[in-house]
Amino acid sequence: MMNMATKYLGLDLEHPLVAGAGPLAYEIDSIKRLEEGGAAAIVLHSLFEEQLVHDQYALNHFLHYGRESFAESLSYFPEHEEFHLGPEEYLRHIQAAKEAVKVPVIASLNGDSIGGWTRFASLMEQAGADGIELNIYYIPTDPTRSGAEIENMYVEITREVASSVNIPVAVKIGSQFTAPVHFINRLHEAGAAGIVMFNRFYQPDIDIEELEVRPHLMLSNSSDLHVPLRWIAIAYGHVKADLAATSGVHHAADVLRYLMAGATVVQMTSCLLKYGAGHVQHLLDEVKTWMTEKEYTSVAQLRGSLSQLHCPNPEGFERANYMKTLQSYR
Amino acid sequence: MAKTMMMIDGNEAAAYIAHKTNEVCAIYPITPSSPMGELADEWSARGQANIWGTIPHVIEMQSEGGAAGAVHGSLQTGALTTTFTASQGLLLMIPNMYKIAGELTSTVFHIAARTVATHALSIFGDHSDVMAARQCGWAMLAAGSVQEVMDFALIAQASTLKARVPFVHFFDGFRTSHEVQKIERVEEEVIRAMIDDDLVRAHRARGLTPDHPIIRGTAQNPDVFFQAREAANPYYEAVPGIVQAAMDKFGEMTGRQYKLFEYIGAPDAEVVLVSMGSSTQTIEDTVEYLTAQGVKVGAIKARLYRPFFGEAFINALPATCKTVVALDRTKEPGATGEPLYLDMVTALMEHYAERPEPFARIPRIIGGRYGLSSKEFTPAMVKAVIENAQSAKPKNHFTVGIKDDITHTSLEFDPAFSIESDKVFRGKFYGLGSDGTVGANKNSIKIIGTETDDYAQGYFVYDSKKSGSMTVSHLRFGPEPIRACYLVNAPNFVACHQATFLNQYDMLSDAVEGSTFLLNTTTSADKAWDMLPRKVQDTILAKKIKYYVVDAYEVAAKHGMGRRINTVMQTCFFALCGVLEKDAAIEAIKKSIKKTYGKKGDAIVAQNFAVVDDALSGLHEVKVPDKAAGDVEMRPAVSKKAPIFVQEVLAPMMSQCGDTIPTSALPADGTFPTATTQWEKRNIALEVPIWDPDVCIQCGKCAMVCPHACIRIKAYDPKHLDGAPDSFLSMDTKGGNFYPGNKYTIQVAPEDCTGCTLCVEVCPAKNKSQPRLKAINMEPHDQVVERERVNYDFFLSLPEVDRTTVRMDQVKTSQLLRPLFEYSGACAGCGETPYLKLLTQLFGDRTAIANATGCSSIYGGNLPTTPYAQDGNGRGPAWSNSLFEDNAEFGLGYRLAYDKRGEYAQELVKALAPKIGDDLATAILEADQSEEIGIIQQRERVAALIEKLKGVDDPKARELETEAEMLVKKSVWIVGGDGWAFDIGYGGLDHVLASGRDVNVLVLNTEVYSNTGGQSSKATPRAAVAKFAYGGKQVPRKDLGMIAMSYGGIYVASIAMGANDLQTVKAFLEAESYPGPSLIIAYSHCIAHGFDLKYGIQQQKAAVDSGYLPLYRFDPRKAEAGENPLHMDSRAPKIKFEDYAYNETRYKMLTKSNPAEAKRLMELAQHDIEVRRAMYEQLAADGPAKGGATPTGQGN
Repeated sequence: MMNMATKYLGLDLEHPLVAGAGPLAYEIDSIKRLEEGGAAAIVLHSLFEEQLVHDQYALNHFLHYGRESFAESLSYFPEHEEFHLGPEEYLRHIQAAKEAVKVPVIASLNGDSIGGWTRFASLMEQAGADGIELNIYYIPTDPTRSGAEIENMYVEITREVASSVNIPVAVKIGSQFTAPVHFINRLHEAGAAGIVMFNRFYQPDIDIEELEVRPHLMLSNSSDLHVPLRWIAIAYGHVKADLAATSGVHHAADVLRYLMAGATVVQMTSCLLKYGAGHVQHLLDEVKTWMTEKEYTSVAQLRGSLSQLHCPNPEGFERANYMKTLQSYR
Repeated sequence: MAKTMMMIDGNEAAAYIAHKTNEVCAIYPITPSSPMGELADEWSARGQANIWGTIPHVIEMQSEGGAAGAVHGSLQTGALTTTFTASQGLLLMIPNMYKIAGELTSTVFHIAARTVATHALSIFGDHSDVMAARQCGWAMLAAGSVQEVMDFALIAQASTLKARVPFVHFFDGFRTSHEVQKIERVEEEVIRAMIDDDLVRAHRARGLTPDHPIIRGTAQNPDVFFQAREAANPYYEAVPGIVQAAMDKFGEMTGRQYKLFEYIGAPDAEVVLVSMGSSTQTIEDTVEYLTAQGVKVGAIKARLYRPFFGEAFINALPATCKTVVALDRTKEPGATGEPLYLDMVTALMEHYAERPEPFARIPRIIGGRYGLSSKEFTPAMVKAVIENAQSAKPKNHFTVGIKDDITHTSLEFDPAFSIESDKVFRGKFYGLGSDGTVGANKNSIKIIGTETDDYAQGYFVYDSKKSGSMTVSHLRFGPEPIRACYLVNAPNFVACHQATFLNQYDMLSDAVEGSTFLLNTTTSADKAWDMLPRKVQDTILAKKIKYYVVDAYEVAAKHGMGRRINTVMQTCFFALCGVLEKDAAIEAIKKSIKKTYGKKGDAIVAQNFAVVDDALSGLHEVKVPDKAAGDVEMRPAVSKKAPIFVQEVLAPMMSQCGDTIPTSALPADGTFPTATTQWEKRNIALEVPIWDPDVCIQCGKCAMVCPHACIRIKAYDPKHLDGAPDSFLSMDTKGGNFYPGNKYTIQVAPEDCTGCTLCVEVCPAKNKSQPRLKAINMEPHDQVVERERVNYDFFLSLPEVDRTTVRMDQVKTSQLLRPLFEYSGACAGCGETPYLKLLTQLFGDRTAIANATGCSSIYGGNLPTTPYAQDGNGRGPAWSNSLFEDNAEFGLGYRLAYDKRGEYAQELVKALAPKIGDDLATAILEADQSEEIGIIQQRERVAALIEKLKGVDDPKARELETEAEMLVKKSVWIVGGDGWAFDIGYGGLDHVLASGRDVNVLVLNTEVYSNTGGQSSKATPRAAVAKFAYGGKQVPRKDLGMIAMSYGGIYVASIAMGANDLQTVKAFLEAESYPGPSLIIAYSHCIAHGFDLKYGIQQQKAAVDSGYLPLYRFDPRKAEAGENPLHMDSRAPKIKFEDYAYNETRYKMLTKSNPAEAKRLMELAQHDIEVRRAMYEQLAADGPAKGGATPTGQGN
């Protein structure tokens, strides 16, 4: 019997394949399908604090815009008694998800202010979330802010949130840090039980006909796997935080690669959107088949086996790798 | 019983009782009564029950006539039913009111009394509407204050149930309906005690039911009608006693005792004034003031006007009375006096005929008019009325408050006379409509009213523009009840929230000595003295005014509030007025913020809290020097180049001095010159668009979308550039056939632009190096206005394009045509006005517009100025507004007149042919005027004809001289909004469209009643929130175009300029050329949709892309040619409806207040679109239509 049991953020999972944050978590029915499809845990879509605040500002602005300016039209809308402008809907969604499935449900929070992060995290805990994934989605466009300043901001947010809740907190980060492993440890010390690697920021594109920049939203493919793969492999054994791999998981081999590099769990989103919720079970079966064929007995045996720490050629993850790649290109 | 004090306005006070004591409410919005119906609807939507624990049903009808019908039906079937209305609305109810009274039906109509339109419409208050209904057989109860409104609403309700005579409960529109006052709430237990459930059950028992069948509403014959009519007499005789009994019962419970005719003043008064409504308050204050000085004067507050109970009136008069003055707030031209006067004369004469007691001799009765259309009625005027009555030969049938230098009816009064106590705080706050000043002041006065023991009053004045409008808030508070029902005219606090007003309005002219002046300005305190005009400086020095400044913009901007400075100014006001200790004031403001914004989210509350905490950091007292300095002068309202009429009549109105204009200066019949907005340079934009010829592709879209005709385009011979200012820009024309060899200029009117940025948004050309820049870009107004003013003046001097050379059916070329609709006061970014502007560009020189009441009649015809302009030949749109409901018929009347007069002119030409020459006569009679060139040639022929007629000695020639212009084509345009076309005017519109006559109907479809504040119409789409669609519109909108197409002989177009400007141009041209009725339904984005109007074009495009708004043209001429008359101009949907809809607050807000319902309605709305689209596609795909009506083709 293959032992696929995994502990992620202190949560006992049947196996390491997790449904990542994405649109499939919008509806309770599809959350059920994710569980039925084999997901060992489900990360909900993000609650965007910025969006909530923006909605408040926008609603307030437009409900007041043009009021009290002209004697015949002192307002333009009826006064609704209440608005659901806070995270109530999301919190209800957590509750409903918890009631609908048995697997752990991890709430995802995307914000930009200390106050908002901590308040919402606490509410998520009260709503029944088994864990929280902080998605610190920050593009450093301000030329006056240093890398150190930004890293400190990440650490501070993590510390605030982790200390405000009693459920585990994972932090989802981008790949572009100068010293990712060191930084992961700082986040762990600040309270992060796990690190989700990496956030795939939507990349802008340029429309050469309309002379405009356009948002570019593409589902991942297997080639997106390599950056997280390297840093998980390098981090494994040097960090105490659980490492969740995300990006580019489409095939069983992708799952195996991440696990071998050292990922505690593997999150998948794009492939589920593409192939449906049942794809988790499909990949899990293939992984198990492969492990059986290769005579692995547990996922623990597999995990980190090809990390930089344990692989036969650790220099493969270092700078030399770059040189060899160039040479092989020639 | 514990007292609950509250700060509310008159409308809310009436609605409060009406909602608690009725089961059904059928209404139709009309200013100033609309808020009553809106509140009732909101309360019912929120589940608030009446005193019987059941939630009243509220329904919006298609007109007041419809509302009255529904009320009548509901009453006849036994429900307690009410309505709210005013002015023309009440007039439309009159037929039903006769029936309701004739059937002795218990009900109360609550009326915010408003002027009835005569020589002009007015939204303001007087009694001309209720007096027009006084003959219907209703009891009429007049309330004079917000407290009385609440009290009398209940007394009326209790009385009508007992009396079975229906009641009109009225109070002064705006002055009382919109005045915020501290009043004592009538508690539910009082309401329960006043309403006799046995009488309610009796009312129900009279209701029609097949279980106990009766018949009512019979037709009666000469044998019995008369007797039956008289049989109701006892009911009317009983009313005064019933009302007084109700007043007494109410007085016992509340301590507020009222009388039918209530006397106040000296017991030995020799002069007694009698009036109704809010004037009673001002009179009471003044009488109290004068009697304290020994003046023998008194006053009677007439409460129950109908039935007029003469005995109670006589009994109220002191025996010492020598002169009684009736003050009527209405005018009945040709009558022997106004209604109250006549009733008083009759009562006194009838009394005196029986017995002279208690008077030594019969008092002299004089009557006068005051306060029409909310004209101020002040203690100074009351004093003038008293002094007139005291004089040996008093003026009868006088007026007060105006200067009548024609018939000399007016009484002189001393504007400086003031009776206000020093204990009363009196503040005036000048704000910009968009800066939140009024909202903040309403808030402040409510704080003072609820957080202190002071009595408080707030009244708010708005100007006639919808963009860049000025508001003036009038606040009073003090330890005694406030009865001053007139504007603050001796302020001890003046705040100017917009520094640009300093140079335009003399705000400190009536400030009292030692008062405080607070100015919001970006100028620092050390320079704030020098920036003041000399006149203002002199006033500050003379009156020893304390002067403070604050840069509220900086504080607001720092906290992300943009230009909304309300919270900053409110905090500064509290700091300076000292009504509360600083900490208590801040706490009260924050409590109020929490209440106001709490439901809109924590972020908003936090933002406002931060502003409150920071506001006082920028408040500084300005050290006032000993003498005036600097050379800043007040800006004249208009240029000295303006015509005399503009300078002498319109300019004072612009300067808020219209009250000083005498009768002789004003047109008696309401006729005003057009083309006057050009003189009203408002300079309201913070940024204006500036053209970059290096980037421009000359598409003309910027001019096309400009709502205010502030982007102008000309193509002209290069020689005209001689003498151009150095800064004047031009470029060569582009495109082979586009005026080759000419120069081309796009120029902004910098002082008229509202800064909406629609032009920038629509510009398709981008700067290659910096694509964020376009061919037209916004730049700070203050940095460019001097330069661009000179440029614009030069631009206007360039010759207009030769209309015969213009291809009308292209956007690019059509925009070379001079707009004859310019610089209107419509909202910045208005979606309606670009269509009107285009109309005037294409046909303005031959157009007569019949305009339904609504936004388009307000920005089109609200004084002081009108945007309809004239071309170089003095031609331009002729415009008039009849009513809201009759506009189609009104416009058809134009057509009938033009057709008849044209026909007569043709008959005269034929008859005079031998004398004027057969060739000319034939050319005139057979002229083809279907194209621009044909019209121009016909005008030349008519000019020649008129010249020839001078030499023809024939009476027919004299006739033809006056009618000759009728030989040139006249284009009739019937314009209005969806409220008119889909609802109140639909019956007439349908008839006019079916008439076959050559009229063009332009429906500016904003999908709500925009002008009255966003009430639902039948054009309102499913899923959108609007007033009376509180929980989102439940049913699909009406498809007016489809209904019109079903006739077969009507040209119909559905257009959206933002989605397809070329189709828009074509639709106008086709509609105008079609020799029968045409209907253009023009989708118009609107401030009531709740999004930034600079994205209006994108939203229109999204509406079309979602399939929600199919664009099409249905041309019956095609059917005659064997083709399918329906042509779809929009393609299959590209986006979902929600992708368009959720950009707008009207849809989005429901997702926040009721997400599940929003989702349900959105799915249904999407389905509506698909079903409707399929139907259109099928019709467009089918073969040519068969049959169909053919237009008469009548007309020129």
